[in-house]
Amino acid sequence: MAYNKFDTPGKGVLIDLSKCVGCGSCSLACKMWNDLKFDDKFPDQGPDAKLSDKNWTAVRFHAVEKDGQPVFRFVKNQCLHCQQPACESACFSRAFQRTESGATIYYPHLCVGCRYCMLACPFNVPKFQWDQTFPLVTKCQMCFGRIEKGEAPACVGVCPTNVMTFGDRDELLALARKTIESDDKYVKHIYGEHEAGGTNWLYISDVPFEQLGFRTDVTTRPIPEYSHEFLKYTPPVIVAWGGLLSGMYIYTKRRNKIAKEEKKDMSV
Amino acid sequence: MESQKQGWTFKMTPVRFLLLILAVIAAAIAVYRLVVGLGATTNLNDEWPWGLWIGFDVLTGVALAGGGYSVALIAHILHIEKFNVIARSAMLTSLLGYLLVMIGLFLDIGQWFNFWRPFVSWGYHSVLFEVFWCVSLYTTVQVLEFGEIATEKVAKPLHKFFAKAMPFLLIIGVLLPTLHQSSLGALYLTQVDKLHPLWWSPYIGLFFLMSSFFVGPAMVTVETSLAGRAYNHWVDTKVLRSLQRIGFTIMIMYLGLKIFDLTSRDAWQYVFAGGLESNMFILEMAVGVLIPLVIFFTAWGKTRAGLTTAGAMVAIGVIINRMNVVITGMISYQGVAYAPSWMEWMVTIGLVAGGMLAYCFICDNFRVLDHGDEQKAA
Ligand code: SF4
Ligand code: SF4
Repeated sequence: MAYNKFDTPGKGVLIDLSKCVGCGSCSLACKMWNDLKFDDKFPDQGPDAKLSDKNWTAVRFHAVEKDGQPVFRFVKNQCLHCQQPACESACFSRAFQRTESGATIYYPHLCVGCRYCMLACPFNVPKFQWDQTFPLVTKCQMCFGRIEKGEAPACVGVCPTNVMTFGDRDELLALARKTIESDDKYVKHIYGEHEAGGTNWLYISDVPFEQLGFRTDVTTRPIPEYSHEFLKYTPPVIVAWGGLLSGMYIYTKRRNKIAKEEKKDMSV
Repeated sequence: MESQKQGWTFKMTPVRFLLLILAVIAAAIAVYRLVVGLGATTNLNDEWPWGLWIGFDVLTGVALAGGGYSVALIAHILHIEKFNVIARSAMLTSLLGYLLVMIGLFLDIGQWFNFWRPFVSWGYHSVLFEVFWCVSLYTTVQVLEFGEIATEKVAKPLHKFFAKAMPFLLIIGVLLPTLHQSSLGALYLTQVDKLHPLWWSPYIGLFFLMSSFFVGPAMVTVETSLAGRAYNHWVDTKVLRSLQRIGFTIMIMYLGLKIFDLTSRDAWQYVFAGGLESNMFILEMAVGVLIPLVIFFTAWGKTRAGLTTAGAMVAIGVIINRMNVVITGMISYQGVAYAPSWMEWMVTIGLVAGGMLAYCFICDNFRVLDHGDEQKAA
């Protein structure tokens, strides 16, 4: 069962965290484009910013130290649109589907609300509408309608400092590599190149990723492979075990019958 | 043949009355939950999408109800006839267990009117897909298997049909649980580097399968001793002991695989690291595996009391194990703990109470326990 269903890696976005000034325009643009509400409990920017059912993207402030100086860094979070999404492989009713464009889309009408996708995502992205009677899962959809038309996602366009670049994943990777190699200030790591088997949203940074709340212990093996490793045994187990059970059933039944008949013969 | 028309009986005792109250409260909360949603009734949130209902009502419930398939395998597929005395009650408990699991699952999903979706929209790459199909098919199979018992009393003309279908049902009825008991564990394969290494293992599916198998005889022992007291129906200790022996054999293999697994992943350090995870792991292994094994191999393990105690400990050990996987093992990754709300507790308690009531009702009215025909005939 191959998960690389598509020939091209699709579109993605490169985020250069060293350029972000934390203005929050991107999360505002996201709210407007996707018609999302504001929620005081879950701010979409600041030190406590968090993804939620209403924040498909959030800009979190991090006070860190760089070269002995206290500095601020701002991290825009959203779905990373994995090459082989764990959410897609986890969903038992196909409510998550990776598309050719590189975006992983959620189809609400297919969702059962079991929340296994939330558990499976290595980046903790899908969120649930806990305050609803019939809650749905929510997450960034990479402004699917826009990228289909060749436009960048809403957040990318509004950024005043050009933190984000929209384009083909392979080109973004090449650009990222060139950038971090040509400038000493960058950490020599492209986050998303290998994480969880590769993501379509990529990050570069001048501060180590673990200091910015990134999960750096993520497996580089695509999560769907773990399930596949298990599920591939299902068909042979059905055939072999089912056959064995039937065989044992018939054999032991016959054996008991013969044993009983012998007993009868003896008593006669 | 006794009288054609048989009445229905259900004698109220104080215990049954208490169970009834608990079940009614749970039903009321369940309706409330369906109306107002999960956020308002549970302590679940984005950090804790799965909690008590998945952990206990589903993952643990399915394991504890596993008694049905291991006993069906031993008694009906291998035709070890001395176990026929307990087969019916084991399979009944199992059926009720699965019905409760279905209710628990239903209450836990957000879009509950959409529960049928995976029947038509095939997310076959999901382990949950295998769980979903197997559990629903198996529950159906168990209802049909119960048909053989039910038609002894109601809709009698159908009895022949059910009796004919039994071999087929029995084989499917052992095959399916083998698949979904292991896939319940395999759900957590996706939790690599999230679930604590004491529980995350490439063999987690196998661990779930083996423990669901050996908890079967353990549950049957506990259950027959309870039923023995309530219905004055005592199963021979020898039968229980040889049933348990099969369970304990699997348990020793389980222990062996655990040791191999911890060694091969270099995870022994976590066992002795102290702290919540280590303590819970040691508790789980001591209560559920090590002490019962010791009991079983001492003289006390030949007595009814010893066997029942060992059985109860095995069952509790499996409960601790499942809750460790769902809750304890995820705390350090999530960074915050989760404690179920009182409504979650009440629903869980009420579901169990309802199951016990249903068991009593069926035992009162159908031939489940006094099912000694085989021996009488022999
Ligand atoms: S980051 Fe999470 S939600 Fe987004 S595609 Fe990957 S697995 Fe799915
Ligand atoms: S919550 Fe919905 S989208 Fe997520 S795995 Fe379950 S059915 Fe699929």
